[in-house]
Amino acid sequence: MGTLMESAKVFFAEFMKLRSFLQQVAEIYQFVTRVIRNFFVPPYEGREILRQCFFVGNRSLFLITFTAFIAGVVFTRQSRPSLASFGAESWLPSLVSQAVVRSLGPLITGLICAGKLGSNIGAELGSMQVSEQIDAMEVSGTRPFSFLVVSRVTATTLMLPLLVVYADVVALLGSFLTVNFFNSSSFSLYFNEVATNVTYLDVFSSLVKSAFFGFAIGIVGSYAGYHSEKGTTGVGKAANTAVVVAMIMIFVIDLLSLQFINLFR
Amino acid sequence: MRFTENDTVKEAVNAKEGRQIVASIRDLHKSFGDRDVLKGVNLDLFESENLVILGRSGTGKSVLIKCMVGLITPDSGTINVLGKNVFELSPKELNKLRLQIGFSFQGSALYDSMTIRENLEFPLKRNLGIYDKNKLKDLAAEALEDVGLLHTMDQMPAELSGGMKKRVGIARTLILKPKIMLYDEPTSGLDPITSMEINELILSVREKYKTSSIIITHDISSAKHTSDRIVALIGGVNKVEGTFEQLKETTEPELEPFFKY
Repeated sequence: MGTLMESAKVFFAEFMKLRSFLQQVAEIYQFVTRVIRNFFVPPYEGREILRQCFFVGNRSLFLITFTAFIAGVVFTRQSRPSLASFGAESWLPSLVSQAVVRSLGPLITGLICAGKLGSNIGAELGSMQVSEQIDAMEVSGTRPFSFLVVSRVTATTLMLPLLVVYADVVALLGSFLTVNFFNSSSFSLYFNEVATNVTYLDVFSSLVKSAFFGFAIGIVGSYAGYHSEKGTTGVGKAANTAVVVAMIMIFVIDLLSLQFINLFR
Repeated sequence: MRFTENDTVKEAVNAKEGRQIVASIRDLHKSFGDRDVLKGVNLDLFESENLVILGRSGTGKSVLIKCMVGLITPDSGTINVLGKNVFELSPKELNKLRLQIGFSFQGSALYDSMTIRENLEFPLKRNLGIYDKNKLKDLAAEALEDVGLLHTMDQMPAELSGGMKKRVGIARTLILKPKIMLYDEPTSGLDPITSMEINELILSVREKYKTSSIIITHDISSAKHTSDRIVALIGGVNKVEGTFEQLKETTEPELEPFFKY
């Protein structure tokens, strides 16, 4: 009888966990649809979106420049000996450009933005929630959801593709400088090779994928902050959740997009 | 004066005959998990009245006024504000109603990324679509002057003291000229002199803006100075009601200590 009761308790606890998980999934679904709906419904938050776009770019530009450049250098340095052993050193621009445009650029940018912007959005909205600033906006009829959430999600969605293009260029520059350091290849020759080997599909899929990265970062950060628990620990937890979940989402989107794009290759 | 749940409304209306009810709450219940916070609250707010809701911490005073503006949805009961049932309104209608209700938060809730002027201009821009710089500045200046803080216009909230923040929070709600003011613990965490200034401000707001107010507090001095009528919230229900002088004579065990200490 005792064992049966224990089993029932464990089953009930697991059931409650599952229920709570499903509830959260439903809440996230509602949150996403609310963002999408509010995006198309006036009044539009043009001014705030522009302001957020500036912050998104400004906050991550230095880190993206730094990491993309180093990634370009390191990838070229690592690949060169292998290609050289096959006498295929001339393929280096082709290999690097495809790797950077298809995967490295979006992934580096996505992960940096997940850390930098995800935590920022989560902490900012979380502290606003904790200090009742969001409630104050709500009761004064100022539609905080559009102002705070829709503007941030739109900004990250629009800015990520631009940042990815920038990261690609910086990484390729890093790669070119490395190639040039070992065997003097000209700038035009290197980038001619890049342009020949990168297809429109590569660029287009990379941009679409990074827009999804941006959307995920904005949604996860905003959701974590907007639904932050009360107290200072709530803010920390919101920022942490935003970073961890956004990073996982980026890898999942990357994997799914790879499967999808391969259908067209 | 002691009301039961059933005759509270009737007697209150009789007592205040001739004055229009601007907000009424009927049989309001709200629980959080296993904890029943509100267990059938009934009360009316009359025109130009300062109604103090007195009670110990955790008795659901703040929950009550948050229900009034639709920030919290009750489990059951009805709330009518300015003739409208809060929980039957569409989001658009609710926003419209909220413009007529000013809510002063316990922690002021000033937008800390904006200057004081931007804090005040924000609801004007968002709600009334006013973007004329001079007009915005004039309206913000008027509201700040009413709370005696005109000189803080270009400061950030972090640069202000607790009392100043509370006054700016009140100014931000006054800028929309509300008909009803809801004050959530307006004097909590303030020294007695600043508390008295806030009490005076609450009275002057009523005089100038002809507002009806609900003041949530456990500060007996604030209740004495600002109230026309006091409702004591005990155990999730409005148990005792009357003027300050009437409540001083109460024998209600949970209320007596308020007047003793």
